[in-house]
Amino acid sequence: MSTTTLAPTRRSFDYKTFLANNGALVGLVVLCIALVIATPDFLTGQNLLNIGIQVSTVAVLAFGMTFVIVAGGIDLSVGAVAALSAMASGWFFVSAGLPGWMALAGGLVVGLLAGVINGAANAYGKLPSFIATLAMLSVARGLTLVISDGRPIKTAPEVSFLGGNIGPVPMPIVILVLAALVASFILNRTVLGRSMYAVGGNAEAARLSGLPVKRIIVTVFALAGLFAALAGLLLAGRLDSAQPQAAAGYELDAIAAVVIGGASLSGGLGKISGTFIGALVLVVIRNGLNLLNVSSFWQQVVIGLVIALAVGADVLRRKTRNS
Amino acid sequence: MTVKPLITLQNVTKTFGQVTVIQDVTVSVYPGQVQVLLGENGAGKSTLIKMVAGVYQPDGGQILVDGAVTSLPSTRAAEEHGIATIHQELNLVATMSVAENVMLGRMPTKLGMVDRKELRRQARAALALIGLEIDVDTPVGQLGIARQQLVEIAKALSINARVLILDEPTAALTRHETQALFAVMADLRQRGVGMLFISHHLDEIAEVGDTVTVIRDGHFIAEVPASTPEDELVKLMVGRSIEDQFPRRADETPALTEVLTVTNLTSAGHFDDISFTVRAGEVLGIAGLVGAGRTELIRAIAGADKYDTGSVTVRGAQLPKGDIQAAIRAGIGHVPEDRKGQGLVLDASVNDNLGYATLASSAKLGLADFTGQRRRAEAVAEKLRIRMHTIDQPIRSLSGGNQQKAVFGRWIIAASTVLLLDEPTRGVDVGAKVEIYELMNSITAAGGAIVMVSSELPEILGMSDRILVMRDGRLAGELSAADATQDTVMTLAARDVAAQR
Ligand SMILES: Nc1ncnc2c1ncn2[C@@H]1O[C@H](COP(=O)(O)OP(=O)(O)OP(=O)(O)O)[C@@H](O)[C@H]1O
Ligand SMILES: [Mg+2]
Repeated sequence: MSTTTLAPTRRSFDYKTFLANNGALVGLVVLCIALVIATPDFLTGQNLLNIGIQVSTVAVLAFGMTFVIVAGGIDLSVGAVAALSAMASGWFFVSAGLPGWMALAGGLVVGLLAGVINGAANAYGKLPSFIATLAMLSVARGLTLVISDGRPIKTAPEVSFLGGNIGPVPMPIVILVLAALVASFILNRTVLGRSMYAVGGNAEAARLSGLPVKRIIVTVFALAGLFAALAGLLLAGRLDSAQPQAAAGYELDAIAAVVIGGASLSGGLGKISGTFIGALVLVVIRNGLNLLNVSSFWQQVVIGLVIALAVGADVLRRKTRNS
Repeated sequence: MTVKPLITLQNVTKTFGQVTVIQDVTVSVYPGQVQVLLGENGAGKSTLIKMVAGVYQPDGGQILVDGAVTSLPSTRAAEEHGIATIHQELNLVATMSVAENVMLGRMPTKLGMVDRKELRRQARAALALIGLEIDVDTPVGQLGIARQQLVEIAKALSINARVLILDEPTAALTRHETQALFAVMADLRQRGVGMLFISHHLDEIAEVGDTVTVIRDGHFIAEVPASTPEDELVKLMVGRSIEDQFPRRADETPALTEVLTVTNLTSAGHFDDISFTVRAGEVLGIAGLVGAGRTELIRAIAGADKYDTGSVTVRGAQLPKGDIQAAIRAGIGHVPEDRKGQGLVLDASVNDNLGYATLASSAKLGLADFTGQRRRAEAVAEKLRIRMHTIDQPIRSLSGGNQQKAVFGRWIIAASTVLLLDEPTRGVDVGAKVEIYELMNSITAAGGAIVMVSSELPEILGMSDRILVMRDGRLAGELSAADATQDTVMTLAARDVAAQR
């Protein structure tokens, strides 16, 4: 009885709170309806599959980014790490002559290692994650160019399989669904996931409660690297080759997806479902603008405005929560 | 009354989502008077004052400033009406200097640039009012919670307000600083400033207050003179009387097993050559002035900070330096002094916050134990009477005192047997304090040991079996519960102060 319940009062539907909490989803629905009306090309099977494939890379990268942002950091290297992992995988297959499955696994390991280095530089080297991963961005992109000598490398058939189809369903969409399930399982059910929220929300309180904050940070970046590698392999698989300039600038899409999905850049908040919606919003906008023949220059302007809007919603959300 | 109130909250109501927190309450602040707000944790005091401070807008009723209906849509608007607020939770920028924090938003400028000299001068003047002598260039984050509170007070005082709101300003202060604050308040009263004052230290009410408005569950209960006897105030506040404010039940025959042994512990610049033992069933109180090194000592024992030399032993096993996890495994539970900065993850739920210390140990195969955690959290929330509408609400939305109980609750769930408590009842109401003391009793009765640092002398005197007094990082003396009085403790704590000045 002592955990007192305060008297509830009847109030009409609180649309402000609802909008603040589900803005991205509402935006996505509105966007889709608008596109269905605006162009007959939007709601076709082929276009929807296209959207699915495009969203898979962005979303998988963004899932990894969600861990990092929830834990209070930022990872600018995911695009470059994706490219490096794919390129390394191609190199393992073509130049080192490893079997295809080992080349695939090798690519994932490269991503994981890059992440571990990011995390260690942040947690033990005391570099801000922004700086550590900015350095990694440059190093990883450079290594990609060194390995490839600036030319594409053919991927192993196992990697190409990731870009193919099973029956009518594109493999990237299957991988996307699996990655989403795994990521949300980690974030919601595991000790690691719950710890991420604590570290991002208040690292000192987490530390004083006995959470191994440094190890958690390393693991978080390692996961981001692993998810980046997976995204890189998906991308390479679709083209049957690893491209030296693959995924350039994708880190910004990933960050945007996470923020649109309701995470806070100051840490401690964020969900995989939100990130998924955020990635969809980005991809659907691009797709729609393409269908409507808007130039790619203007597309950048629009995407920028959407991000500003999403962050504005974040501010509103904080305000309604704190007051 | 012929004097017109400066501010009146008239029949105000405030709801958050589905929950009504303030219902139809009226309070006025008169010039030259101190209006006290009294109520249990979660009664709605802070919510009420936030409507005057421009943080919240009332959902019903109105605010009158100088008799005219006024809306205060922002803190800025409130300041423009001459209303300054010292909030319960500190609002300082940790990386900025003391001077910059005091003058935040009102930096003196010269030719468009911040006038550093003037900035320091004005900040020093404001700090001198409350007797805080520190280097104004120190980053605020490096100060302990008490000094941060003093900086916050100086910041509000430097605004030259007509109305000053003080939400538990004394919770983190020792008697000494509290006296300095009260002297300033007396002076402001002379100058016709109206004040709204909140405190859970009932003895302070008669000392500075004029009238007391009691609220319970968000409702107005009574308005009484500040001279009303304490037990009557308690009865109005909690709806029943509290027999014994300090229900310490020490063992008749204290056990001889040493649970915690600290030997020659030294950390340069913080504390020097500290040795003591705590036996099973014992509560050891540590008294001292702000800056005596009590918090640093507690943190070192808990593994939160490293120390230079010496050792910490729990039940015969020496703990590694600076290893919080090892300390927790040995049974240590540490309630830090600053709940907002060090105790809580504010965006996380009450449930999560109660469970962090046991997150890993209760897990199976890396999977968090959700059902078990919820069961344990609900049980401890009930035990500590944490007032909330659901255990899943962000802990940020709990009242200050209830947040404090949650930090304590975490270690109850962890079944800690050696509790290191740094201001464990800061901001906790009289009723809930007794609950916490009872929990301390049950922990010592089960063979546990407790070290308690507190700035509240009555609490130290009432709950400790033995008292250590620290001064300037050293042990100044030890007193048994029987010998200790306010005077003996204070003499030890401050003996050199007169000589130094
Ligand atoms: N933003 C919010 N959302 C939901 N509930 C809230 C919010 N802010 C406050 N409350 C609730 O309102 C009630 C009153 O809180 P308030 O902080 O005013 O209490 P208080 O009287 O100041 O208590 P204390 O003595 O512990 O500081 C509490 O039950 C609290 O949980
Ligand atoms: Mg309060």
